[in-house]
Amino acid sequence: MKVRIKFAKSGAMRFIGHLDVMRFFQKAIRRAGIDVAYSEGFSPHQIMSFAAPLGVGLSSNGEYLDLEVKSHNGSEDMKRRLEEAMVEGIEVLHITMLEDGTKNAMASVAAAEYSVKFREGYAPDFDWPGRLAEFYQMPSILVKKKTKKSETELDLKSSIYRLWASGEGKNAIAHMVVNASSSGNIKPGLVMEAFLKNNGEELQEFALEITREETFTEAGAEDGHHFIPLDAVGKEF
Amino acid sequence: MGKLALKDEILLRVEKPARYIGNEVNAVVKDKENVSVRVAMCFPDVYEIGMSHLGIQILYDMFNQFEDVWCERVYSPWVDLDKIMREENIPLFALESQEPVKDMDFLAITLQYEMCYTNILQILDLSHIPLHAKDRSWEHPIVIGGGPCAYNPEPIAEFFDIFYIGEGETRYRELLDLYKECKKNGASRTEFLEKAAKLPGMYVPMFYQVKYKEDGTVLSMEPMQEGIPRTILKEVEMDVSNTFYPEKPVVPFIKVTQDRVVLEIQRGCIRGCRFCQAGQIYRPVRERSLDMLKEYAVKMLESTGQEEISLSSLSSSDYSKLPELIDFLIQECSGKKINISLPSLRIDAFSLDVMSKVQDVKKSSLTFAPEAGSQRLRNVINKGLTKEDILKGAALAFEGGWTRVKLYFMLGLPTENEEDIRGIGELSNQIAAVFYETVPKEKRVNGKVQIVASTSFFIPKPFTPFQWAAMCTKEEFLEKAYITRASIKEQLNQKSIKYNWHEADISVLEGVFARGDRKIAKVIEQAYRRGCIFDAWSEYFKNDIWMEAFEECGIDIAFYTTRKRGMDEIFPWDFIDCGVSKDFLKREWEKALTETVSPNCRSACQGCGANRFGGGICFEKTV
Repeated sequence: MKVRIKFAKSGAMRFIGHLDVMRFFQKAIRRAGIDVAYSEGFSPHQIMSFAAPLGVGLSSNGEYLDLEVKSHNGSEDMKRRLEEAMVEGIEVLHITMLEDGTKNAMASVAAAEYSVKFREGYAPDFDWPGRLAEFYQMPSILVKKKTKKSETELDLKSSIYRLWASGEGKNAIAHMVVNASSSGNIKPGLVMEAFLKNNGEELQEFALEITREETFTEAGAEDGHHFIPLDAVGKEF
Repeated sequence: MGKLALKDEILLRVEKPARYIGNEVNAVVKDKENVSVRVAMCFPDVYEIGMSHLGIQILYDMFNQFEDVWCERVYSPWVDLDKIMREENIPLFALESQEPVKDMDFLAITLQYEMCYTNILQILDLSHIPLHAKDRSWEHPIVIGGGPCAYNPEPIAEFFDIFYIGEGETRYRELLDLYKECKKNGASRTEFLEKAAKLPGMYVPMFYQVKYKEDGTVLSMEPMQEGIPRTILKEVEMDVSNTFYPEKPVVPFIKVTQDRVVLEIQRGCIRGCRFCQAGQIYRPVRERSLDMLKEYAVKMLESTGQEEISLSSLSSSDYSKLPELIDFLIQECSGKKINISLPSLRIDAFSLDVMSKVQDVKKSSLTFAPEAGSQRLRNVINKGLTKEDILKGAALAFEGGWTRVKLYFMLGLPTENEEDIRGIGELSNQIAAVFYETVPKEKRVNGKVQIVASTSFFIPKPFTPFQWAAMCTKEEFLEKAYITRASIKEQLNQKSIKYNWHEADISVLEGVFARGDRKIAKVIEQAYRRGCIFDAWSEYFKNDIWMEAFEECGIDIAFYTTRKRGMDEIFPWDFIDCGVSKDFLKREWEKALTETVSPNCRSACQGCGANRFGGGICFEKTV
């Protein structure tokens, strides 16, 4: 049986990298006494798959991991056990059961929603929330993407599924839904960099406070995207 | 969770920010308003090293069991953060509260190896605590040191208020109570230290005066006040089965050097290898009860979720209930997919059988520590391992499927000659030959045997029979390493043997600190002021600066390293009584020079003196 665990990451835990979050969960699952399935072989490991790696420094309200379990006493019991094994800054939000044959968390990821704030003292001088919509109206959003060998030009436009602003002044927040699939992942910082550049400003290092609000999978519409949260495919148990 | 001491912009700029945020599973957070003593427990090296140390975990747990005490952890900020903290004048903070170390009552620093000495100054400096004890006031924490290097604290004496000599389980409660009482009564810091100096095991360097002879050796070391003891007897926890031990060790987020639950099965060692300080200063041998170990193994694995448990001791094979303990662990762990790691086992039929049950034979390697290449020299150092033991163990292991062997040797041991050194290559070759004789061609999994021979340079340590020995110069060390390398190249099976050797510069410095006196402190301070930290990390070790510092301070390295000590010389550490008598060490030194072996404690008592604590093999036999 495979369960999908949704969790949030905040505070000090933002500084724990992806691999260490995986290690943290492996130990937490042992502490919680969950009847997890292990792989075969001389060094068995828990059968586990994380959705999309979250960069160091980012918060999230929509992280996912899949876990193969051998038995359980319902989602409430599992959630309570896991909660007791967590630390401040990692919160278990929701656990669902996956049907056999469901694509694993990592392969399911299609898009993610982010909210982006400017850290105190880093906000640009112009009325940026007002300009964001205008920026998104442009027919193409070209950025330079550096790879190990060369610099290529990339059009972000088709990878930004929504882009809008809310709030004013200090409390203004940029929201975006962007491609987060393994082949076309877009970092929110890249969008903001393009936006500022378009307005004649440079994005400073450490300027952004970014939260991943949700991770989505594609619900299968042929003629356009229909994104649903990764655990919408699971069932309560 | 409170605010982090470092802002996001800094944490995002440094390597492995998880080193500085605390918040780990089982880290203890208390309300500071509800405690009366705050202790910052420091391992003066990077987080991953410090978090791997068992002693700190034991003391951290003990302090936090005291309701009136909150103990937190501090490690050396890595060089990247060190630079930022200096530039931005950010005070060093403890991980749990993220509050400055300077505001704590105690800064307790564990002294595990000599090469961390400049890091002690880094910790004090970044904490905004004066480097010298004499310049501190009640505004500053009491700086207390402990651990193996506290058995010769003199090179760093002026940086510490107190050294705690011996095992921490016994006297901290009294020390903290004394502190509370002195604070309550409005006593001065000096008054507190005077009283502390009269507690068993406590050494307060500022109350002692050292006089030197013209030749630079110690003439005398006297307490400067009435009532302060002339010698300090080490503290020992005699009931190791009913004492502090963590049930809930802290679980780091990032991978650390010892990323596992550690079960200390015994203290002390029956062997008496003459180069080994631990084998002397941790006497008498004390075993923990099987019941206690079983209970803690289960509790620690449950509370941490760790995937591995390791046994810890100086010589695990000598633990009398080892088979029972291992059976229990195998039963307990196999269903839960927990690995068992068994370091410091003597290679014989029993240990090979156990190892084949708990590890992947194909991937693991065998470890032998003959320490010397010839039987003659192994007799000198009293290493009870014979060539027959090694070759027999190797043959058994090769039959069992092992193909990798690690060998540890020392170069520069007393009386060593070229033949002894060549013995390293010859022994390595013989082990390889055993493989080719034992394992038929078609059964050789990886084709050939892989033997890795490593040599370190011998450094005489206080409280060992070799404390009188002359250490080699850097040039002599390197010459010995070249002879070793050349002799390995001459061997028939040389293609199966890889050779590694240690850096000589660092060994020379470690030799100075190990048997140094109070005059060394200014060199350490000078080197630190010129930028030396993380000397134990070869990429940050700056030998040129050290050599300049010695020169500028007028300190002659050879006086501390290559000089042969007279039998009646007063050593800087003689004021410490580690239980083992100087007469015993002298006898052992003389036996070494005549290549005479001493039997281990179980075979025959050698009268070392440590049974005065009321324990040890010989004591138990007579009771």
